[in-house]
Amino acid sequence: MGNFYNDNSDLGFYLNHPDVQKIIELKERNFSEKESFDYAPQNIEDAIDSYEKVLEIVGSICEETIAPNAESVDQEGPHLEENEVLYAKGTEENYAKLVQAGLIGMTLPRKYGGLNFPITPYIIAGEMISRADAGFANIWGLQDCAETIHEFATQELKDKYLPLFNKGATAAMDLTEPDAGSDLQSVALRAYYNADKDQWFLNGVKRFITNGDADVSLVLARSEEGSEDARGLSLFLYDRNEHAVTIRRIESKLGIKGSPTCELVFNDAPAYLIGNRRMGLIKYVMSLMNSARLGVGGQAIGIAEAAYREAVKYAHERAQFGKAIIQFPAVYEMLTNMRVRIAAQRSLLYETARLVDTYKAYLEVAEDRKLEKEERMDQKKHQRYADVFTPLLKLTASETCNNIAYDALQVHGGAGFMKDFPIERIYRDARITSIYEGTSQLQVVAAIKGVTTGSYLSRIREYEEMQVNPELDHLKKKLARMTATYEEAIALVTENEDQEFVDFHARRLVEMAGNIIMGHLLMLDAQRDKSFKYLAELFIKIGYAENDEKLSYIKESEIRDLGTYRQVIEDYIA
Amino acid sequence: MKGLKIIVLAKQVPDTRNVGKDAMKADGTVNRSALPAIFNPEDLQALEQALRIKDQIPETTVTTITMGPVRAANIIREALYRGADDGVLITDRRFAGSDTLATSYALSLAAKKIGKFDLIVCGRQAIDGDTAQVGPQVAEKLGIPQVTYVEEILEVNKKKITVKRRLENGVETLVAPYPLLLTVHGSAPECRSRNAKLLMKFKHACTPAELVREAEDYLRLHDLHDYLDITEWNVDDLNADLTWLGLKGSPTKVQRVENIVFTVKESIQVKPDKEGIDGLMKELIAHHNVG
Repeated sequence: MGNFYNDNSDLGFYLNHPDVQKIIELKERNFSEKESFDYAPQNIEDAIDSYEKVLEIVGSICEETIAPNAESVDQEGPHLEENEVLYAKGTEENYAKLVQAGLIGMTLPRKYGGLNFPITPYIIAGEMISRADAGFANIWGLQDCAETIHEFATQELKDKYLPLFNKGATAAMDLTEPDAGSDLQSVALRAYYNADKDQWFLNGVKRFITNGDADVSLVLARSEEGSEDARGLSLFLYDRNEHAVTIRRIESKLGIKGSPTCELVFNDAPAYLIGNRRMGLIKYVMSLMNSARLGVGGQAIGIAEAAYREAVKYAHERAQFGKAIIQFPAVYEMLTNMRVRIAAQRSLLYETARLVDTYKAYLEVAEDRKLEKEERMDQKKHQRYADVFTPLLKLTASETCNNIAYDALQVHGGAGFMKDFPIERIYRDARITSIYEGTSQLQVVAAIKGVTTGSYLSRIREYEEMQVNPELDHLKKKLARMTATYEEAIALVTENEDQEFVDFHARRLVEMAGNIIMGHLLMLDAQRDKSFKYLAELFIKIGYAENDEKLSYIKESEIRDLGTYRQVIEDYIA
Repeated sequence: MKGLKIIVLAKQVPDTRNVGKDAMKADGTVNRSALPAIFNPEDLQALEQALRIKDQIPETTVTTITMGPVRAANIIREALYRGADDGVLITDRRFAGSDTLATSYALSLAAKKIGKFDLIVCGRQAIDGDTAQVGPQVAEKLGIPQVTYVEEILEVNKKKITVKRRLENGVETLVAPYPLLLTVHGSAPECRSRNAKLLMKFKHACTPAELVREAEDYLRLHDLHDYLDITEWNVDDLNADLTWLGLKGSPTKVQRVENIVFTVKESIQVKPDKEGIDGLMKELIAHHNVG
């Protein structure tokens, strides 16, 4: 039997990255739980061995259950019956398997029934599940909500709700409303406190809620009457057993059809406050969204991997003009570019996962003891990088995923347009990744800070410090030239101190940084494993040309162009 | 009152479902080194049935017994990862060459040594020999009733069990008291997957022979936790009579093994119309190819 973990050596390669050792040390705190929990690791090597073996379980469930169910789940989808969301039969089977295998609450501490895994192996699992069925990956991936409860809720709520996850509780994050999509500051769902009952109640409508009928929902609501901005919003936990929410409908969607997207009406629904009032959006949802964005990055790469594999298989099988189409340059160029871009995005994915892992592990240590000054600085540094790498990843991985799905379908020709091959489903599933958890355009708004504050550049300087073998020197030189180009572009865009002009070119600058960062990461991967050398060379070649093109456009661009841009649309409508 | 005591008999087999061209040796025997060693599929399904009973009746224990070389301890671990409580590896050079009769003799001795079991569950047959003899022979040697070809457990309590048998021309429902041996049919549900926590708990479980090779860091673990010790029994532990074992105790003699490649000997032309297809279907049904 095949296995989604063992058939992709990249996954084990990133699990065994040297930085993961430091993460395990922080996370396991001298392996202090080895006496109290029979499944806790004894040492670093033991921990990595456990991760690998558990990821093999995930890989085998992907191969034997989730991937084979994907087509029927896509066709059947969930439905609504007496105010209850019923999953497709295959979804039920997938989830039951994962619960039985103990794969919900992977990152939660052991005292809450979790596996205490770092985020890196959790994201590897998510990538595999997304490759098997992207829609199902959402239902599984919403276990992220447990992390938010763990980080911010009271001890009482943690004790009550966290142990439910490993037993199979499902979760949802209820943020979006009809008039509050990208702009969550306008959330209107009302929360009021009843002092007699010592209880919060929720009233209002939520829309586009993935897995809306979950056991545990985190709901963003306006708790401060008369407030209008983010500072009036708090986060609440709603327990499905209260039966105080009406599911108005399940949306009919283009893709990820197995994942139920619900419109909900809260009718005086009892709920618990998470953390402090007014901190809902500012702190907790931002943290939740960052986890979700990292998850979507992994999902996008899982989908891209699935698309690539379908395309390669078809290109080998399909013969035209007397030979397999993979032999034509027009086709193999597409396929090689897919592989190269997946490799680049994957190296960024796991770099981001390690950054998040490191700073969060420090925060966990800080619950037990005061961090040393050096540790505190290290934590801050990793958090600062994680904050700008997460939107960079979400932006580039989701856009790349869409491009790869597009090309993979193209390789199939007319057959790809038919419902006969999995690629049409993969193509539809890919589309959402650049929209939800913040559109690409919103990711740029967050990521541009990495450009303007110099965070990307300082990380790039750190990569430059790392020694590489002489045979990789030519790549290092090329990357240095790309960095010079990037700096030139930033100077041109920011010299006039015009915010709209910066916004206009923001995506270009962020993508330039992304190409340099991914180039460095692949080069460093090649340093650790020779098989990455070609991938690094080809990616840097493509990235170099792309960055030159962007610089060239920026050079030609003037502030008054913005007016022209607006004028063109206005003229047409008029 | 305690739960049931269940024994699962399992065999490590070469994966004959994915055979390459090196699968057979020139002398007609299976080339074990060319094929991955796996948990016999129907034995895995038998394990699932045992675990389902354990899920239903509190304090039920499931013990896996396997006979084979040292590496067959993998079978015990695989069962632990899925929810079995412990396991016994029967291993001894003197067992080498055992046929089904000698194997069932050894397995029955092990079951007796464990003692006071309510239920023995095993797969109908192993994919390397396909004899379906070991289960029934174990029951005979232990003098207990048996129900073969079980597809589903319909009801189970501490006194009796109701099962559905999958037979060639239908199904049969039987009720039986304990002690009892069940052989499980391939149409039964697949086994559950490994559980992450159980895997991490039991991955260092090993037999005394394997313990010698464990890294020093983990030896301390074995001192602390008895559940990491996989019991290993040899001929002497079982007080086995040597004349019933190995080649000596095996009346089965393989005279010759042939490599048969199926070839098309005749063909018929079917007209691509309603009558043609109709006739073909009738013929297939008459020959029990379908239906």
